[in-house]
Amino acid sequence: MAALTDLSLAAARDGLAKKKFSAREIAEAHIKAVEGARGLNAFITETPEKALTMAAQSDARIAKGEARPLDGIPLAIKDLFCTEGVLTTAASHILDGYTPQYESTVTSNLWRDGAVMVGKTNLDEFAMGSSNMTSYYGPVESPWRREGDNRPLVPGGSSGGSAAAVSARLALGATGTDTGGSIRQPASFCGIVGLKPTYGRCSRWGIVAFASSLDQAGPFARDVRDTAILMRTMAGHDPKDSTSVDLPVPDYEATLDGGVKGLKIGIPKEYRVDGMPAEIEKLWSQGIEWLKAEGAEIREISLPHTKYALATYYIVAPAEASSNLARYDGVRFGLRVDGDSLDDMYARTRAAGFGAEVRRRVMIGTYVLSAGYYDAYYLKAQKVRALIARDFDQAFGQVDAILTPTAPSAAFAIGDKMDDPIAMYLNDVFTVPASLAGLPALSLPAGLSGDGLPLGLHLIGRAFDEATVLRAARTIEKAAGFTARPGAAS
Amino acid sequence: MALDKDKVAHIARLARIRVEDKDLAPIGKELDQILSWIEQLNEVDTADIAPMTSVVSLKLKRRADQVTDGGYPEKIVANAPAAAHGYFTVPKVIE
Repeated sequence: MAALTDLSLAAARDGLAKKKFSAREIAEAHIKAVEGARGLNAFITETPEKALTMAAQSDARIAKGEARPLDGIPLAIKDLFCTEGVLTTAASHILDGYTPQYESTVTSNLWRDGAVMVGKTNLDEFAMGSSNMTSYYGPVESPWRREGDNRPLVPGGSSGGSAAAVSARLALGATGTDTGGSIRQPASFCGIVGLKPTYGRCSRWGIVAFASSLDQAGPFARDVRDTAILMRTMAGHDPKDSTSVDLPVPDYEATLDGGVKGLKIGIPKEYRVDGMPAEIEKLWSQGIEWLKAEGAEIREISLPHTKYALATYYIVAPAEASSNLARYDGVRFGLRVDGDSLDDMYARTRAAGFGAEVRRRVMIGTYVLSAGYYDAYYLKAQKVRALIARDFDQAFGQVDAILTPTAPSAAFAIGDKMDDPIAMYLNDVFTVPASLAGLPALSLPAGLSGDGLPLGLHLIGRAFDEATVLRAARTIEKAAGFTARPGAAS
Repeated sequence: MALDKDKVAHIARLARIRVEDKDLAPIGKELDQILSWIEQLNEVDTADIAPMTSVVSLKLKRRADQVTDGGYPEKIVANAPAAAHGYFTVPKVIE
């Protein structure tokens, strides 16, 4: 039998139900794997005791024949989700020692269904980044290496620790959050599946806020089925988040194998950006062929405002961040640096507590919202955002889903692109438009680069139609037969 | 449009982030680079376009106007760097 850390989530669930192994055994195997992979720096906090307690509860329920949908499944939780009694840092110095007195809705849903927490994963500070290099707790190393090159690579970001943990077999799945690509880009870099659901599908309550009109929680897993299983548990209306939508949550797993026959797939011509590497272009064409071979109808579409999405995002997201991060003032939680006055204490606390990228974004956001500049920047960006959303609306009049690459490159080396914020921002060129429009989008591994690194394909769906996205992804997954695994993890 | 030191100091003050005098110019340069990049939005004609104000169009739910939470000040101040008698404490503001 395969190692317990190597099972798919679905296989683990089925094996537990048939009592082939216990939740305790799976938990112990993952605790050991987490300890053995500390070099990756994927976790900020390991929670082995909590994992064993939760596994014991799962075993008791399974023994009584009262198993819940995720009983005994070890998961890694991005350290942006508040977990009651467990340190929650957002990878920021300013949240030093912060121990939430409550549990986020999404993690509550996972525990309600029996999942087991193995730890809290590293991320870019306040989820601001595409490399996991802005964490106060140090960068995460991807478990992948280029062929014949041992230099450590980034796992992507901001949910880099979660993606690395799932890829390196330290958990059967993980939670992430995605504001402009923070689930999908690391999924692509780490060769796993990541789904950003429609804005409003998951509750944001208890998730440390970055940009409230963009933030969404979503799952990571090693295959599409496991992603569908996690999505169902994480989703749902929550009275504590007024933007969470009260719609029924479908059984995504049940419709997974419906195929793509007759489905119309859009290929946006504006995503053929200048300088796109040939291997990305090739993978994209291959994805089109796979869908076509299964009976999908391929249509070229136009999303004319695509090229303005990144600039729009870098007004809207920092503006919302500057407002959300006003709460870190040294009064209610975390770090306090004393000063001569209350104001001086605020300013010293925030200077010491926020890292360079967070300070940069808070200042940009403050500027674009400040008197005299609001109309020129923020209001303008909200208008362009409306045009970007309209582009998608019109496209979804003709197609059922859209296929693009996830990222313009494979993973890069730790330390690269750090001196040029805009080069770093370009990582999200294909993921940001769907974020601005609030649409569901998924990345799945579909091939390898010339030097052996995973490359992802990206599917965007209609609002609240995660089911079609998952179904199309499952079709590509079957055709791609991606079986590569990271060398550093074995 | 260049961000001079005074402007950066003003933004830092609004953001309540202390910036040392020697760092004002380099930060100004950095912010300037980002701001000139986002200037490209001026190419887009947005006359008659309403700004996007909500991502999903939904009618907000209503609930009864009742207190449904609270009554645990010790939890509220549990993470405070300084607290006394169930209150947050801060440096003296009024002489």
